[in-house]
Amino acid sequence: MSSSATLRTGGHPPTPGRVAVELVVNGVPLAASLDPRRSLLDLLREQLGLTGAKKGCDHGQCGACTVHVDGRRVASCLTPAVQAHGRQVLTIEGLSPAGSPLHPMQQAFIDHDALQCGYCTPGQIMAAVACVAEGHATSPEQIREYMSGNLCRCGAYVGIVAAIEDAAMKMAATTMATAGRSAEMPEARHAAV
Amino acid sequence: MQPFDYVRATSVADAVRAFGAAGPDTRLLAGGTTLYDLMKLGVETPAHVIDVNGLRELETIDTSQPDELVFGALARMSDVAADPVIAGEYPALAESLWRAASQQLRNMASVGGNLLQRTRCAYFRGGEPFACNKRAPGSGCAAQEGIDRGHALFGGSEACIAVYPGDWAVALAAFEAQVDVEGPHGPRSLAIEALHVEPGRTPDVETTLAPGEIIVRIRVPKTPLGRASTYHKIRDRESYAFALVSVAAALRMEGDMVAEARLALGGVATRPWRVRAAEAVLRGQPFTPALARRAGEAALSGARPGRMNAFKVELGIRAVADALSIARQRG
Ligand SMILES: Cc1cc2nc3c(=O)[nH]c(=O)nc-3n(C[C@H](O)[C@H](O)[C@H](O)COP(=O)(O)OP(=O)(O)OC[C@H]3O[C@@H](n4cnc5c(N)ncnc54)[C@H](O)[C@@H]3O)c2cc1C
Ligand code: SF4
Ligand code: FES
Ligand code: FES
Repeated sequence: MSSSATLRTGGHPPTPGRVAVELVVNGVPLAASLDPRRSLLDLLREQLGLTGAKKGCDHGQCGACTVHVDGRRVASCLTPAVQAHGRQVLTIEGLSPAGSPLHPMQQAFIDHDALQCGYCTPGQIMAAVACVAEGHATSPEQIREYMSGNLCRCGAYVGIVAAIEDAAMKMAATTMATAGRSAEMPEARHAAV
Repeated sequence: MQPFDYVRATSVADAVRAFGAAGPDTRLLAGGTTLYDLMKLGVETPAHVIDVNGLRELETIDTSQPDELVFGALARMSDVAADPVIAGEYPALAESLWRAASQQLRNMASVGGNLLQRTRCAYFRGGEPFACNKRAPGSGCAAQEGIDRGHALFGGSEACIAVYPGDWAVALAAFEAQVDVEGPHGPRSLAIEALHVEPGRTPDVETTLAPGEIIVRIRVPKTPLGRASTYHKIRDRESYAFALVSVAAALRMEGDMVAEARLALGGVATRPWRVRAAEAVLRGQPFTPALARRAGEAALSGARPGRMNAFKVELGIRAVADALSIARQRG
C-alpha cells in the first residue's frame, strides 16, 4: 500500500477494492481507504509510522503487537484494519502525554528492570495496563495467568510481574485521586499523520 | 494473501441473505482469530468475506432465563468467562474459556466462531509441500508418517487424525448445549454434539452446517451439575497453549453418592468427545479416588494412539481422575 498520504482526516472517496474506514488513533481521528487484507498492526507501523507495536509472530502467538481497541487489549496482527472502523485505538505512543510523566506502568518497567532487549516491551506494557484495568492483577499468580499471552524471549518475566504489581497499586491510587473526572482517551501526540 | 472483497453485514437478516446467496468461496468474519490467521497462511482463500461484527444483537449474554443460559454467537470469550453467573455457577464453562488462548485473543474471539476453529495440525497449517486431506482433499496425510504427538487417540480415520483443538465446545458437550442456526431454509437448532463430525473419508467436512447457515446463539440448559464442575486442561506449558488432554467434568452428588456425572474430553479426539461409558461407571456409586481412576480408564479405553502420542492415554486417565476430584470438592 502507498504512503501515509492516503490517510487524511475528513471524508475520503472509496476506491475499488478498498474499504472506507474511519477510526481514532491515539486521539486523532483518521479516515482512510484500505485494502481489506491489511492488518491493524501494518496500518499502525507502515502507514502511520507508529512503530511501538511490534511484529513478533504475525499470528496471535506472542503479544508483541498488543494495542487497545475501545479500551480492550487485542492482538493487532490478527485484527484486519477494516475491523477498527468506528473504533478508538490506543498504542504505546499514546499512553502518556508528551512532556508529562510516564504512565505508572512505563515507569514501573524501568524501575523493575522489566526488559532486556525491549522488543516485547510495548506489547507487555499495553497488555499490563489492560490487565490492571480488568482487575486481573491482584496476585502474582493471576498476573502470570493473564499476561501469558505476552512472551519475552529475554526471560524478563520476574521483573515484569514485579512491575505490574507495583504499577497496579499506583494506578489504583491515581484512579481514586481522579475519580469523577472523565476517563477519556488521552489526547493525540504523535505527529506521524 | 489472496485479494477478497469485504462487506459489513448490518443485520442478521442481511447476513443470512448475503451468506445464503453466496458460493463456497465466501466466509463470515467474526473475531478473525482463526479465519484471518489461516488467510495469512494461505490455507483459507476466500474471495468474499462478510464481516458480522456489527450485529450487536448477537452479542448478548443472558443468564436470567429460567431454564437456560443464552449466548449470542458474537459474545466474546472474555465477556462470557467474566460473567458472574457463569464464573460462579458454571465454573467448567468459564474455565474452558479463560484457559484458552490469551486475554487479547479472548477479547477478539466470538463464542460462535470459537466452535468452528480449525485444527492446529502443523501439516494443515503449514501448507505446501505437506500432504493434507483436510486442506487439499486427496493429497494424503503427512501426519500419519510424521510428527503425531499432538494427534488424536479417538475418532481418527485413515484420511485424517487431526485433533479438534477447541475447549469451549468440549465443555458445552458436557452440558448438552444447543446451537441455534439461521440459513437460507430458515432457523433450526441442533445439539452441540451434532455439530462436529469425524473426518472419515472427507476430513475437509468438519460440521453439519449447511451452506449459508449462520450460528446465531448457543443455549445451555441450566442444571445443578453446573456448580460441581471443572474444565481441567493439561498443556505443555502452564498457560496459553492448546490442550494435550482436557476434561470437562460435572457432578451432581447426593451425599457421598454420585447421582449424575458428565464427562467430555478435549485434545485427544477429532471432535468434542463425550464419554458416556465413563459417566455410567460413576453413576450411583460412592465417590472415591479409586472410582475416579476407573472412570478415567473407561474414558480412555479404546484409544488408538499413533507413534508419539501414547503418553496421552495414561495422562488422560489421570486428568479425568483429577478433574473429578476437583469437581467433587466443589459439590
Ligand atoms: C495463538 C492462539 C492460541 C489459541 N489458543 C486456544 C486455546 O487454547 N483453546 C481454544 O479453544 N482456542 C484457542 N485458540 C482459537 C481461538 O479460540 C479461536 O480462533 C476463536 O475462538 C475463533 O473465534 P473468532 O470469532 O475469532 O472466529 P473467526 O476466525 O472469525 O471464525 C472462525 C470460523 O468460523 C466461521 N464463523 C464465525 N462466526 C460464525 C457464525 N456466527 N456462524 C457461522 N460461521 C461463523 C468463520 O467463517 C470461520 O470459518 C487460539 C487461537 C490463537 C490464534
Ligand atoms: S492429520 Fe488431518 S489435518 Fe493433519 S495432515 Fe493429516 S489430513 Fe491434514
Ligand atoms: S505479532 Fe501479534 S501476537 Fe505476535
Ligand atoms: S525484553 Fe527482550 S523479548 Fe522481552
